[in-house]
Amino acid sequence: MATLAQRGLSPIRAVLDNGVRVIAKHSGATPAVTVHASFNAGTVFDPAEHLGLSHFVSRTIDRGTAAHPADEIAERLDFRGVSLAITVNRHALSLVCTCLVEDLDPILGTLADIVMQPAFPDREVETRRGEIVTMIRQDEDNPAAMAAEGLLALLYGQAHPYGRRPRGTVETVERIRRSSLHAFHAARFAPDSLLLVMVGDLDPQRAIQWADRAFGGWDGQAAAEPQFPPVEAVHERRVHVIPMMNKAQADIAYGFTTIVRSDPAFYAYWLMNNILGEYSIGGRLGDSIRERQGMAYYVFSALDANVIPGPLVIRAGVNPANVDRALASIDEEITRMAADGPTERELEESRQFLVGSLPRRLETNGGIANFLQMVEFFDLGMDYDLRVPDLLARVTRDEVHAAARAVLDPAKAAVVVAGPYPKSPD
Amino acid sequence: MQPAEQTLGHVHEELLDNGLRVLVQEVRTAPLASVWCWYRVGSKNEGPGLTGVSHWVEHMNFKGTTNIPRDKVKGIIEQFGGYWNGYTWIDQTTYTETATRDVLDRMLFIEAERMANCLYDPADCESERTVIISELQGGENDPDQLLDQELTATAFRVHPYAHPTIGWLGDLQTMTREDLFSYYRRHYVPNNATLVIVGDVDRDDVMRRVVRHFGSIQPGEVAKIPATREPEQLGERRVTVSRQGTTAYLKIGYHAPSVVDADFFPLLALDAVLTGAKGVNLWASFRTPAPQRSARLYRALVDGGFASAVNGGLVPTQEPFLYTISVTATEGTALNVVEETALAQLDAVRRHGITDHELQKAKNQLRARLVFEGDCISNIAHQLGYFETIASWRLVPSLAARIDAVTLQQVGEAAATRLKSTNRTIGWFDPQPSTDEQPPAVGEGAGAGPASE
Repeated sequence: MATLAQRGLSPIRAVLDNGVRVIAKHSGATPAVTVHASFNAGTVFDPAEHLGLSHFVSRTIDRGTAAHPADEIAERLDFRGVSLAITVNRHALSLVCTCLVEDLDPILGTLADIVMQPAFPDREVETRRGEIVTMIRQDEDNPAAMAAEGLLALLYGQAHPYGRRPRGTVETVERIRRSSLHAFHAARFAPDSLLLVMVGDLDPQRAIQWADRAFGGWDGQAAAEPQFPPVEAVHERRVHVIPMMNKAQADIAYGFTTIVRSDPAFYAYWLMNNILGEYSIGGRLGDSIRERQGMAYYVFSALDANVIPGPLVIRAGVNPANVDRALASIDEEITRMAADGPTERELEESRQFLVGSLPRRLETNGGIANFLQMVEFFDLGMDYDLRVPDLLARVTRDEVHAAARAVLDPAKAAVVVAGPYPKSPD
Repeated sequence: MQPAEQTLGHVHEELLDNGLRVLVQEVRTAPLASVWCWYRVGSKNEGPGLTGVSHWVEHMNFKGTTNIPRDKVKGIIEQFGGYWNGYTWIDQTTYTETATRDVLDRMLFIEAERMANCLYDPADCESERTVIISELQGGENDPDQLLDQELTATAFRVHPYAHPTIGWLGDLQTMTREDLFSYYRRHYVPNNATLVIVGDVDRDDVMRRVVRHFGSIQPGEVAKIPATREPEQLGERRVTVSRQGTTAYLKIGYHAPSVVDADFFPLLALDAVLTGAKGVNLWASFRTPAPQRSARLYRALVDGGFASAVNGGLVPTQEPFLYTISVTATEGTALNVVEETALAQLDAVRRHGITDHELQKAKNQLRARLVFEGDCISNIAHQLGYFETIASWRLVPSLAARIDAVTLQQVGEAAATRLKSTNRTIGWFDPQPSTDEQPPAVGEGAGAGPASE
């Protein structure tokens, strides 16, 4: 038996006549299947006057179709124990379904019905609006959410698709009408916008036939994707404080804009971020702020190289008395990384970790489905899992150092503190 | 395609001379191995003044040993692509590594060192004190966690399940290095532990390595606290948390059966009918949302517009814990309305039971969850160790049959006895408007859920 490392995932990829992209992969670990249906319909497509529209669609699209009322769909999924999660990120709206293998064929039919002809019934729209307003209010009482959203607004500007609140505001959500939901659906949901990934104890060719039966009759085209405004160069440090005096702990979000995912330097950035704020318990940041100084339960950094230059975000939760000390420590660590780059040993260990963790990342149906969705979205090729070791092996210490120098500069950082912290820091 | 059937592999069980129980299952779906080492110690073993000690000890057990210098801890598994973690809850403390199978020996070495040779450097104990207080305060930022903690403390008067696993702040401020180290020595002995290895391994090879690493560790007397049973609750209890906030939360907690009680599986089915099935894997269940659109409380509360979310929580425990229903009120809905709506549903099911169709749906959901939550070696290993720690690993292969055997009458009886008003505690998080910019007095702890490294 060839090992995963030798033959890789080797998924089957097909494009239906109407443009739907389908990827199917057999994995026999459990008699279950994960179906990951994603559309280019994320929050970046929200019209300026209807912020939160993509999220609103994600909360209502499965609440009744032209042919089947919401209760009937709910019963059909629940009776089989099917788990359906609908999520939104910047670029994609995804329906992720976990079901037993014998339910795959009927579930594809239900999913097709949901995405092709949602009815957005008035009663459902009003009920879900109440839920969404409550979620926004919860976010506004959550220092971690406020810090993270505040940082993106600072980095990109509040009007930029990457800088806006993904769920909108209470005001924008109150303005969304049923007709806005239908218009968003008509513009963004079409065969050429759909990527359907199926992973589990299935026969790939047969699963693709079932997908064709479910989605093959759909026609139409998604609207052209808008041009994203350029990301402005930054020349100074910006600090924004969101006082939330009822809270026990302050959340810090600290970051920069970086590069696009297709930039050849991506692999150097990936390693740099791992060394800075991921490896083991939060990389160098974790060593300093958690392990040596005992200031925070969590501290980490995350890199999101994307369709446009995405953010590198450092996050930490600290006692309000330690905010200044934690910020100084972050400044110190990124200054050191920019000045000296990583050590050879750090680079080697992070490289081994990123390569060696692939088999774990690709163990479950859900993990494989997420991976394949990402691979297709960024057009990395169906053999990407096999190429990762070589892509990382080629990165030199100088390239990682150059990546650090290019983005890590305390004098150009955007910083948000949300929590019980006075408005004007020194 | 054939209907799904959960395939349960053979579990090899061995008891070493020093009392260490070892469970090995060969699963060859990926070139990986997962190791879990479980200790029968959790926050229920803690007395006054030492609340939170189990969890703090867990943190200290990642900070170097006699044969793993402090500066070699970072990357010890990660440099091989591996993952490690641990968590502490009311009945258990557990540690895990998952990595490619060739790293198995190193994973066993780490766990043997953790059992026998941790350092408890005084400076590390101090530095970790503030990390844990930060963990507590982060949890306290979440009103739902705060309410959960208050509800649990109100529902239990006698049993140590009352206090949060993270501990009370006062105890975390005053505990000493000696408290931590002696607690470690009294509980971390092979005869109080279960070692589980699942993955692409050979059973005999695993056992040879286990004996080499663990065989010479001496057994010890396990510290016991006197057993105590929570007295029967005689009337409804209430607790209100009044703090600044934007959103109102309701929780209803009923004293629940332990995992070995005949009522447990009927109540699990009842929860599926009320809020959708979550399954019984604490490590995996959170990742897959419950199918709950047609569940009774979801229909009444969420579709009714009174709540944005409702969840039920019934987790297998060694002794009777709580069945908790958690509700987030929608903006503008008064808590008494949310409460009345929820109680009307609970009262109806208490008086009339559930339907045949509902029971069938609950069973379908729970069976599907058993399949979903066994999707990787780490989850399979977790279940063996988890159940062995609270009862017996032999429950794991019998879960499907136990769910299948639940009858309408059993669910009706469980509902009638467990959902009585005298058996419940009702908690409100009643958000207060923002008044000034003064920080509030620091609270006493947060969250009754598992605390994780």
